[in-house]
Amino acid sequence: MSDDGIWILGIHMTKFGKHPDKDVIDLAAEAALGALADAGVTMRDLGVLAAGNLMSMGAPTGQLLQKQIGQTGIPVYNVSNACATGATALRTVIMAIKAGECDLGLAVGVEKLAGAGLLAGGTRKQEAPTWTPQGRYGAVAPIDGRIGTETMPGVFAQIGLEYGHRYGGTSFELFARISAKNHAHSTLNPLAAYTKAMSVEEIMNDVMIAYPNTRPMCSANCDGAAAAVLVSGAKLRTLDPDQRRRAVKVSASVLTSDPWTESCQVLPDVNTLTRQAALAAYESSGVSPDDLDLVELHDCFATAELVHYDNLMLCPEGGAVDFFESGAPFRDGSLPVNVSGGLQSKGHPIAATGIANVYEICQHLRGEAGDRQIEGARVGLAHVIGLGSACGVHVLERAA
Amino acid sequence: MDYLRLEPSPCLLAHECVACGARFFDRRNACAACSGTSFREAELPTEGELRTFTIVSYAAPGIPVPFVAGVVDCGGTSVRANVINVVPDADHVRTGMKVRLATYVVGVDSEGTEAIGFGFEPLDGATTPADARETEPGKEQP
Repeated sequence: MSDDGIWILGIHMTKFGKHPDKDVIDLAAEAALGALADAGVTMRDLGVLAAGNLMSMGAPTGQLLQKQIGQTGIPVYNVSNACATGATALRTVIMAIKAGECDLGLAVGVEKLAGAGLLAGGTRKQEAPTWTPQGRYGAVAPIDGRIGTETMPGVFAQIGLEYGHRYGGTSFELFARISAKNHAHSTLNPLAAYTKAMSVEEIMNDVMIAYPNTRPMCSANCDGAAAAVLVSGAKLRTLDPDQRRRAVKVSASVLTSDPWTESCQVLPDVNTLTRQAALAAYESSGVSPDDLDLVELHDCFATAELVHYDNLMLCPEGGAVDFFESGAPFRDGSLPVNVSGGLQSKGHPIAATGIANVYEICQHLRGEAGDRQIEGARVGLAHVIGLGSACGVHVLERAA
Repeated sequence: MDYLRLEPSPCLLAHECVACGARFFDRRNACAACSGTSFREAELPTEGELRTFTIVSYAAPGIPVPFVAGVVDCGGTSVRANVINVVPDADHVRTGMKVRLATYVVGVDSEGTEAIGFGFEPLDGATTPADARETEPGKEQP
């Protein structure tokens, strides 16, 4: 970070859930206009726009958004980086400001995902009448289901059980209890897709998707958008005292990709890249895990939340089960995790998630989180990962 | 699969980077670990340990469920595969279990050619009740 730092001047998210009457641009516009109003600026003040969207198949989301809310001729970046798309849009704007190209910019992430069902990577659809080896593996037929699984619930189930195999202490019930925590947290979040508490028994007895992940332990596909206005420290000093008071400092913005590890060739390694992103974020911000007042992490599945306690160094290495059992990640615990309800209950409109996680932290740092406010929150961390693989970590601090 | 060799006895073959020893199953433009461009063939042990798994109950249309997917550690090389010839529930599959390579007929094409697939089956027969045969993926193919 430059000495001036980078600040979030305004931020907004739509309600997550089903929005049958709104298209991608309607949702993006609602989030963008909300963030601009929250920041007290207009499209004319901005020097850069980054728009994240995954499912619109290459449509220029940023330019389409501009047509609805203001075409000012500024550079637009349409970004796509799996489930880390929103964090990547945020970081694109941060890089432009750090480079001195402008001092105000807008990042938007938006997705229409309600009813999308099971998301799988790279599944070969068609079976030919005769066997013909195809692709990099020379397979004669689709390999999903024959050579392991490519579905996300299955991939992350394996990641969770691998952690349990290595360190012990995990069980089907433990993962269900992690999910129950997040579903309970969501009851206080009016913007969450689901706001219903679920008992451990209900979660364990629900539809099994990929053991040990039952349906409520999987991220909720839904519609939604989130947007943030970012500003340089120099520009912030010229703004109104009320804008300065509510601004949130971006103390670290880190993006990593998967470094080579032996096993990541066959099962995505969400651990190494997250650990590296967290380390870099702690080093560049000077914040340590002990300083954090709350964390929003990428609980795309209950099994994922467990491994990320460890990857984000919220506990000693191998200590994620003990960390959970201590009560620390509950909203009344020593380090609340996913008080928004997380991806399992708040929802996971893919490209919006990275900015939505930052939104949640900002609401608490500003003391504007309503019923779910973590009292006295000063420092928070927002984390997302996407396969395969990208990891975004942002450390945020309240204005002094 | 290009990396399944059937004769003289079934085994998996990896492309091994000559420079650093990293192993890959697909064809490679260069090594992901060291960017080397020379590879040799490396035969994997046919026995290994199940490092992790999941039991997939919900999959894309046309994929028989439930099936057990996992990652097998074959002498230090990770292999993605199904665990076959086992009852697909958490009482019969556990991490750390010893498994061995097994092949089965995936299906027969319109010209009568059989496709052979591979999986790993429990080495310890005690985890494989007699009724496990009913869940063998090869038996469910058209």
